[in-house]
Amino acid sequence: MSRDSDPPDVIRRMGRAWAAGLARFGVPFGLALAVFAVVLLLAGRNPLRAYVDVFLNTLASGYGFSEVLVRMIPLMLTALAVAVPSRIWLINVGGEGQLYIGALFATWGALTFSGLPAWALLPLVAGMGFLGGGLWAAISGVMRAKGWVSETISTLLMNYVAILLVSFFVFGPWMDPDSANYPQTAQFPRAAQLPAFFDTRVHLGIVLALVMLILFHFVLSRTRWGLEMRAIGGNAEAARRNGIPIERYIVALMFIGGGLAGLAGMGEVSAIQGRLRPSLSPGYGFAGFLVSWLSGGRPVGIVAAAFLLAIIAASGDILQMLHQLPASVVNILMALILFVVLARHDQRRGARR
Amino acid sequence: MTAVIETLLLGAILSGTPVLYATLGEVLGERAGIINLGLEGVMLIGAAVGFVTAVHTENAVLSILAAAAAGALLNMVFAYVVVTRRANQLASGLALMFCGVGLSALLGSPYRGSRIEGLPEIKVPILSDLPIVGQRVFHHDLLVYLVVPVAVLLWWVLFRTRWGLWVRAVGESPTTVYAAGVSPPLVQYQVLLVAGFLGGIAGGHLSLSIAKTWAEWMTAGQGFIAVALVIFSRWHPLRAMVGALVFGGAVAAQLQMQASGVRVSPFLLGMLPYLLSIGVLLMWSKTRRHAAPASLGRVFQGTE
Repeated sequence: MSRDSDPPDVIRRMGRAWAAGLARFGVPFGLALAVFAVVLLLAGRNPLRAYVDVFLNTLASGYGFSEVLVRMIPLMLTALAVAVPSRIWLINVGGEGQLYIGALFATWGALTFSGLPAWALLPLVAGMGFLGGGLWAAISGVMRAKGWVSETISTLLMNYVAILLVSFFVFGPWMDPDSANYPQTAQFPRAAQLPAFFDTRVHLGIVLALVMLILFHFVLSRTRWGLEMRAIGGNAEAARRNGIPIERYIVALMFIGGGLAGLAGMGEVSAIQGRLRPSLSPGYGFAGFLVSWLSGGRPVGIVAAAFLLAIIAASGDILQMLHQLPASVVNILMALILFVVLARHDQRRGARR
Repeated sequence: MTAVIETLLLGAILSGTPVLYATLGEVLGERAGIINLGLEGVMLIGAAVGFVTAVHTENAVLSILAAAAAGALLNMVFAYVVVTRRANQLASGLALMFCGVGLSALLGSPYRGSRIEGLPEIKVPILSDLPIVGQRVFHHDLLVYLVVPVAVLLWWVLFRTRWGLWVRAVGESPTTVYAAGVSPPLVQYQVLLVAGFLGGIAGGHLSLSIAKTWAEWMTAGQGFIAVALVIFSRWHPLRAMVGALVFGGAVAAQLQMQASGVRVSPFLLGMLPYLLSIGVLLMWSKTRRHAAPASLGRVFQGTE
């Protein structure tokens, strides 16, 4: 054993990590809150009252806190969808579309095999969600591996194809005849709905997301795959000469990333909505990109950044109800935090695409 | 039949106009090596500011200018983050999009449900009396007439002026430009100012002329379509006109088919611009013709 594992040293290092984390999140957060307060002031609202209301209704209330957790689930999964391929410098901006296709496949599974019992149906529906998102992203992966189209551009473009595809099914062949022309599919059978905890909307997806994060950490640090991914990420040409199948990694990591975003979509239709609707996500896929970016792709960072953005997302509804502001004003706060972090971050780190 | 063609053409021109303005701005930016995914936000802020100005002043020219200025201002935030602070362009672009969504929602919310006259239509003398096309092509608002000259002007500036040469050189090799005594960040700031101006006009046209009202997130992804059309048009202002017309045609065809009861899903038609863009990229990959600026998306690190 090395001296690294001596308790005092570990604690000191953890302390330093926390300080770094505080500097990474705390300072930009405070600065962004200050600027957003000015925006609220200009809009004729009392920013202090608004912040107090947000605090009381998210962190200081049981129900409010549960709603933050609800929003964390898709954010953690879509952030992973970006973080996994980014290990070998692939840029996946298609989380939103992959989420939609995951939801589409999951819906097909839930409505087609509706007779199955929950222990068989739920894994099947989740598997379909993963498969849908994964295949959608794998298309971009193949196009990149063959050297045809950059995955950044193709994933970006396919977001909207995916959203339109969901609209096509929901407004067309899958529309529930009983819903009076309201664009939604039939309700999922009880057995296809992810169970929620207690009386909240926090569903089993949160366990799934955390397991995936741990798995991600484990694969990266403890397996040959993780080692090879680091090799490709470090120097692709050297990795290729050492016989690492880069093309296969590109397609596989895009598939896994897309699959994780697909799981997020599955969670939304199965647990939150109980059916497929065209307005499935308020931009979770795009926000997930930002979560992953804020976290630097590290699992613990993803949890922290997803928590932060989930609070912001949840405050939208609170500001709308208590202060008559449009719910999407919180997008300003989110953007401000990102701008501050982005502006500080790259300056220090130097070149990063 | 002529009526159908007329309606299609009218729709294609009208719906293609805002997207074309936005695309032209993005072409310019990407030529200088900067990919801006925040165009959606720039358009939204242009739409909101233009609309609010129109409600208060009822002055068309002022509204358009306000929309353009707002877009340019927001794009300067982006410029500061990606050029001066050298931040990641994709993440900054998405942040800019969220920023525009929020700001425009805040600005526009007191005006939801308001309606405006819209931009005045201008008939081109003589030409508007031409049979069939006359009524449709030469019977629009000012911004529609201006968009083609703007595209040609942009082409001329990019490919026939010294400044255009600097812009393209920054996109290919900023260090070379720096060595030649021109500051790449300065060029990028100028380019993003113009791009924001055009993006603001794009949004303004959407709210002032097409919708004549304000709705949250009324661009509905057109900013991203513009980014797609830049690729479709291979970073060329004149080909961007073709792209915008294809997009406008797809929109018009949707409306036309719905009106005439043809059972083609508007959602499937809506995929057309995106799929075409991917298809075009696939086609070039075979011929190995790379049109993308070499340092697109990269961060210029100075010369240390």
